[in-house]
Amino acid sequence: MNIKDKIVPQVRNMPPSGIRKYFDLINEMKDAISLGVGEPDFVTPWSIREAGIYSLEKGHTHYSSNAGFIELRAEISSYLKRRFNLEYDPAREILVTVGGSEAIDIALRALVGPGDEVIIPEPCFVAYKGCTVFTGATPVIIELQDKDNFKLTPELLENAITERTKVLILPFPNNPTGAVMNRRDLEKIVEVLKDKEIFIISDELYAELTYEGQHVSIASFPEMKDRTVVVNGFSKAYAMTGWRIGYACGHPDIISQMTKIHQYAIMCSPTTAQYAAIEALKNGDEEVRSMVREYNRRRRVILNGFRRIGFSCFEPMGAFYVFPSIKSTGLSSDEFCERLLLEEKVLVVPGTAFGSCGEGFIRATYANSMENIFEALRRIERFVNRLPACSTQRAAQIV
Amino acid sequence: MDRRSDMTEELLEILEKNGKFTVEEIALMLNKDVEEVKAEIKRLEEENVIAGYNTLINWEKTSKELVTALIEVRVTPQKGEGFDKIAERIYRYPQVKACYLMSGGFDLTVVVEGKTLKEVAMFVAEKLALIDSVVSTSTHFVLKKYKDDGFIFEKKKKDDREVVVL
Repeated sequence: MNIKDKIVPQVRNMPPSGIRKYFDLINEMKDAISLGVGEPDFVTPWSIREAGIYSLEKGHTHYSSNAGFIELRAEISSYLKRRFNLEYDPAREILVTVGGSEAIDIALRALVGPGDEVIIPEPCFVAYKGCTVFTGATPVIIELQDKDNFKLTPELLENAITERTKVLILPFPNNPTGAVMNRRDLEKIVEVLKDKEIFIISDELYAELTYEGQHVSIASFPEMKDRTVVVNGFSKAYAMTGWRIGYACGHPDIISQMTKIHQYAIMCSPTTAQYAAIEALKNGDEEVRSMVREYNRRRRVILNGFRRIGFSCFEPMGAFYVFPSIKSTGLSSDEFCERLLLEEKVLVVPGTAFGSCGEGFIRATYANSMENIFEALRRIERFVNRLPACSTQRAAQIV
Repeated sequence: MDRRSDMTEELLEILEKNGKFTVEEIALMLNKDVEEVKAEIKRLEEENVIAGYNTLINWEKTSKELVTALIEVRVTPQKGEGFDKIAERIYRYPQVKACYLMSGGFDLTVVVEGKTLKEVAMFVAEKLALIDSVVSTSTHFVLKKYKDDGFIFEKKKKDDREVVVL
């Protein structure tokens, strides 16, 4: 029996994440600096870890209700109100999931199937496309533009909409570009969508990590609220990636259906993580603010650094990534990343890992210590100065 | 205390955690002009907001002998000579690393360092306890430092983040 041929085609034909080779290389290197990892370098704040430990000590090791502890859902509800002016009923409109990833997956599974189209703006987090394909629906890619600061524009959206469009994925603040959509940007999107029957899955995992401006959720527009599933979680804001805990909020008719999938596939989110998450929402605000201030300082350093090296780079206003253009080097994204790693032991990720329109760009994360960021920038500068294309350019500038 | 801008507060936050950053590096972090940051640091030094720069050393990992004691001191303030004066007579000694006025059951916390237990004990007996206004002292020796000035003394953890999909 040929086992491989028996695997369903939408799974079999899905390529795994394309950057594995770099991580195999970096594992064998000493003194390598990774600006490749998409998670906070901070450890979960102690009071949150302590709450998890305490729950274990007390023997809280059983299932919770499928949707998550009502106490946690109530805390999520009051958090969303105080931070983003969103109102969700803890009993019917909030589902605690295994990370934001599960929320994205089951939202798609509840909303789309064969024949439906899902609009995905790229470059973006790699899971949307995969999860869409697994449902049998068709991903429709929008290529976001450097000239628009990688925002979703009404024109791009309009061009992508067809009669079969069922869902728009709205991934802002964005991984990998760091782009955000402010209120004015969203108003234009709302204008396009308001008369159409299109749902929105708004991935707001990085909502706490915005700089010089507060995150705005599209669900805060009254006409959008019922058709938006807000996905959020604890991984990025509270440095809780390994706990695997997130949530989805939306209309009860969507959340109740998602809860069924969650119920049959997962049962409930890990209870230790749920106890920790309650503590995060109750007492974590100050820790988050302090991490955001530190990210912001690193953001300025790395942005200035790349610009000084000669790369054009728009100012990212969210998440913890910069997405500079490396087109001036004459290298492809992949060549750039591989050579940088081999020659200077700095890992950044090719923009193409997040969609083919990422060609000519790299993603560097500043979730690393200030010392490492300064050192990585020195190495990148040294590397770039050795490239023939760049030394010619520089010579031309001098002449 | 003067009213401070956000920039000043953030500048102090950076320096408090790590005094090793150069002015150029700090200017990048704050997105400010190097000269502006330099001038602000100078002003803060002159106004004694930045009272000094030091390095936190875990002496236990060296061969140097060092004993630290925390001494609770009770005093009777004399007329015309408040706590400040008495504190000054104590903190002027170079052996005194820190000195705080306290609420509660005693008045001053005095942190003293010396090479040996005996040296510290003799300082208390021969100097501290004999100061006029000092009524009593109670000396507690430090056995192990876990954390000091916000820094944990255990070995730093390696970056062990593994890369999953992204």
